[in-house]
Amino acid sequence: MVELMTPLFVILCPAIAAPMILLFGKRPNIREGWTIAAGIAMFSLVLSMLPTILDGEVIKCTFFQTLFEGVAFGFKVDAFGIIFALTASSLWILVSFYSIGYMRSLHEHAQTRYFFSFAIAIFGGIGIAMSANLLTMFVFYEILTVSTYPLVIHDQTPEALSAGRKYFAYLLTSGCFFLFAVIMTYYLTGTTDFTNGGIPALGSASRLILVILFFCFLLGFLKAAWMPFHSWLPTAMIAPTPVSALLHAVAVVKAGVFGIVRIVCFIYGVDLMTSLGLGLALACIAAFTMIVANLFAIAQDNLKRRLAYSTINQLSYIILGAALLTQDGIRGAMMHIPFHGYMKITLFLCAGAIMVVTGKKNISEMAGIGRTMPVTMLAFSIGALGMSGIPPVVGFMSKWYLCLGSVRAYEIISPVMITFLFVLLIASLLDVVYFFPIIHTAFFKRPEGEGNEEGMEKEKIKEAPLFMLIPLTITAIFSVIFLLDFILGLNIISMYIYELVEIAVGNVIP
Amino acid sequence: MVRLILAEHFPVLVVAVSLLSAFTILIAGWVNKKTSCPISIATISVQLLMAFFIVNHVLTKGTIHYRLGGWAPPWGIEYVIDALNAYVLVVILFLSLICAIYSKRSVEKEQPHKIVPFYVVFQLLITGLCGITVTGDIFNMYVFLEIASLAAYALIAVAGGRALKASYNYVIMGSIGACFFLLGIGFLYAVTGSLNMADLSRLLPPLYGNKVVQAAFVFFAVGLSIKVALFPLHIWQPDAYTYAPSAVSAIIAATMSKVSVYALIRVIYSVFTLDFIRIYDGVDIAICWIAAIGIIAGSVLAIVQNNLKRMLAYSSVAQIGYIVLGIGLSPISAWGLLGAIAHISNHAIMKGCLFLAAGAFIYKLGLWDIRDFAGLGKKMPYASAAFTIAAISMIGIPPSTGFATKLFLIFASLKASEVLSSSAYVFVVVLLLSSLLNLVYFWRVIERMYFVKTEEETNGGEKEAKKADIPISMLVPMLILAILCIVVGILWLTQAPLPLINETFSRFGMGVMP
Repeated sequence: MVELMTPLFVILCPAIAAPMILLFGKRPNIREGWTIAAGIAMFSLVLSMLPTILDGEVIKCTFFQTLFEGVAFGFKVDAFGIIFALTASSLWILVSFYSIGYMRSLHEHAQTRYFFSFAIAIFGGIGIAMSANLLTMFVFYEILTVSTYPLVIHDQTPEALSAGRKYFAYLLTSGCFFLFAVIMTYYLTGTTDFTNGGIPALGSASRLILVILFFCFLLGFLKAAWMPFHSWLPTAMIAPTPVSALLHAVAVVKAGVFGIVRIVCFIYGVDLMTSLGLGLALACIAAFTMIVANLFAIAQDNLKRRLAYSTINQLSYIILGAALLTQDGIRGAMMHIPFHGYMKITLFLCAGAIMVVTGKKNISEMAGIGRTMPVTMLAFSIGALGMSGIPPVVGFMSKWYLCLGSVRAYEIISPVMITFLFVLLIASLLDVVYFFPIIHTAFFKRPEGEGNEEGMEKEKIKEAPLFMLIPLTITAIFSVIFLLDFILGLNIISMYIYELVEIAVGNVIP
Repeated sequence: MVRLILAEHFPVLVVAVSLLSAFTILIAGWVNKKTSCPISIATISVQLLMAFFIVNHVLTKGTIHYRLGGWAPPWGIEYVIDALNAYVLVVILFLSLICAIYSKRSVEKEQPHKIVPFYVVFQLLITGLCGITVTGDIFNMYVFLEIASLAAYALIAVAGGRALKASYNYVIMGSIGACFFLLGIGFLYAVTGSLNMADLSRLLPPLYGNKVVQAAFVFFAVGLSIKVALFPLHIWQPDAYTYAPSAVSAIIAATMSKVSVYALIRVIYSVFTLDFIRIYDGVDIAICWIAAIGIIAGSVLAIVQNNLKRMLAYSSVAQIGYIVLGIGLSPISAWGLLGAIAHISNHAIMKGCLFLAAGAFIYKLGLWDIRDFAGLGKKMPYASAAFTIAAISMIGIPPSTGFATKLFLIFASLKASEVLSSSAYVFVVVLLLSSLLNLVYFWRVIERMYFVKTEEETNGGEKEAKKADIPISMLVPMLILAILCIVVGILWLTQAPLPLINETFSRFGMGVMP
């Protein structure tokens, strides 16, 4: 346990940038300068905490004791927290660059509001990652919900507004459940700190209350978009693409699954979860979501909506990993948070690039797009391979551990758990079913109306602006590098994620 | 040394200065009517300064007892200031100061011919409010309650037109409330022969079984419920808040109802004490249920309003429900009283800010119908921002003031579940549901202000919206309150208010904070 001020400085970066963005609203270049500067400063500050964490220490930063005895408002950065913080802060920089390209290419209105809300959303997301206890987490969780609202309704069309209402109706209602669960936890145990192996005092409460409390937590983390409470997520696709990228890869939905893993591993603890049988219940929800979301995804023609359902599916991989309650399962779940972040953001950035260049939103219109936008579609293919868990991309790693985890769960928990191995495999298969047609359409189909040979030759390469192209290339490359690093063992190029996951898993199940 | 000795006299000075200032305004106004507002602001500043010294004195040296005219307590009037009054005094004086600064331009525009009478009555209202807060004598409390109420009736009627009817309704209901209060005092005097609160609380315990004492409690409760506009006794309140001048809506919503709540707390805990409630243990549950119904009913009624000020008025009905729910829970769990006390300042700040913003919309653009608000966020960015922050606090998004209250009250309800079993969970549900209802009616406004496109915008023209700036003297008070919505919200989470809470609890026999 080390007392350091670094977490405070980390959270200050977006906190200072936000008002500055408002202040320089009339000068776009300076305004965006603040976003980028804050992003880089934040990322380096998060990196500076890495060595301490890798030593197995935990960084603590307490702001004040609250009126509730035993609950301090403050940050505690452990290995699991820093995984999320690293993902969020590194992707923020890339998405910021991309946003600049995207917003300026489309001449979007209200860009100041956009960048302001973006900074506040990151403030919320990083706060969740570093929270020391449930109360702190709740505060940032709600900030995240409110700050993403202006992003979702950015278009300000009636459809966008109704999407915004739905977004709020789901997420703030879920906030009520979360708040209740937080206070109930405090009422039962007198603490809300995230504790390795779970809060011991929680075990003495009655079984019924614990089960109800757990489902309150689950409802509270509706941001994880588990079915049947997922429909806010595809609806929120009406937002500009970089927002969807932020929502689906970095801040919002990851905050949801991050929270669920925190609850499973650091509030209830693996032993209590096993003895209550909650692991199986959670795994069933996750399995249901994985299969059904994939079936939904197959039916979508709008690219972003298909990606949204893919996200719902992938988030449930993480939930399932935690629910397996075995070392490998949790390892897979924790890895999947950054890996899915990188892969899914690649996909969304590609979708945005296609929209900016060609204005196309539906997959059926994208015939031949691989020829005009080869780099973008190559990146897209990498992301799609990763989603399906095919080796050159890092999605394979997390899926591998999840499968191992379900086999272990079969051995030590109950024979039923082997079902989830098959669920995982079927879900991966379905992933292939809906991603490969996109790649096929893009590269091998010819655009309608110009089916003849000469039309093909004349097509010129027309890529998105560099501001957009470079970020999506970087994320695609990283999606491969992560796996490469697992083999090479250099650690440095994958930001020590594997070591961090090992430490985090060690904290959960020694 | 001098300062410390003087602090003992501040309780009476706070009232006396204010009363004298009311007459000074009248005389000075004859000569030059522009002097009335500055005199009022100066007076309230001095009072606020005194209030700070009083707080300091109470927290360091303990409760202040001041004997008016040197007469010993049971016979003479005694002013008693403990942590609770000191806190309420600061809250109401601060809000009064904010409203006074704001009122200058607002009154000049809305009532150009009644400036002097306005400030005279305004100052009388503040005198009444301070008097209720500092006094330790129950009859004296009644007198000040009447002063404040009469001033409030007059201030509402200043606007003329429909406000006259609203004021008339208020007079009728308010007088009934005052009668009940007076009857309660009479009953207590009949059985004990005393009017001093501390004395009463000593004399009453043997008489708890007495029917007269029980009747007195009910009279107090009903009378003050009318004054605080607790559902279903709120019917005077929406009209009064809607048609009053902007500054008056703000000050009445922010301070008048809070002081009445304070009077309720004082009567319950300092006159009847906790033991009385514990004997009749259905009483507190009944209060809780009424409050819970009020919270939901007020919020639902607010949803259907199109007039912004009317919506805020119904929202106040719901918020008063929060405070009363806290009071009802407090015999079971001290956290309830903490929630109630916290919400006195929280609601004053939030509702004050909202009413000031609503007043600003009317002042500049004549907008009061929510349906006309499209594009307001661009026309009046600062006022809209203040409104938004306060609205977010009302919904209870952390780390705002509303969140702190919600946190305390939900925890109190959970604590109460040990005694009340399952019905306590109903209160938790009510509190959470209420914050969602708040979301519904406040977000409707915010959505329209910022995100719904105006007709000009949808018809193509990317015209830069004309900014309609309100005077600085109206803007700054609003922004201060908006900032306080966040700052105070964080303060309630920290241990900063601990001395205040412990002091109050120990006086009410609840022990120190758990």
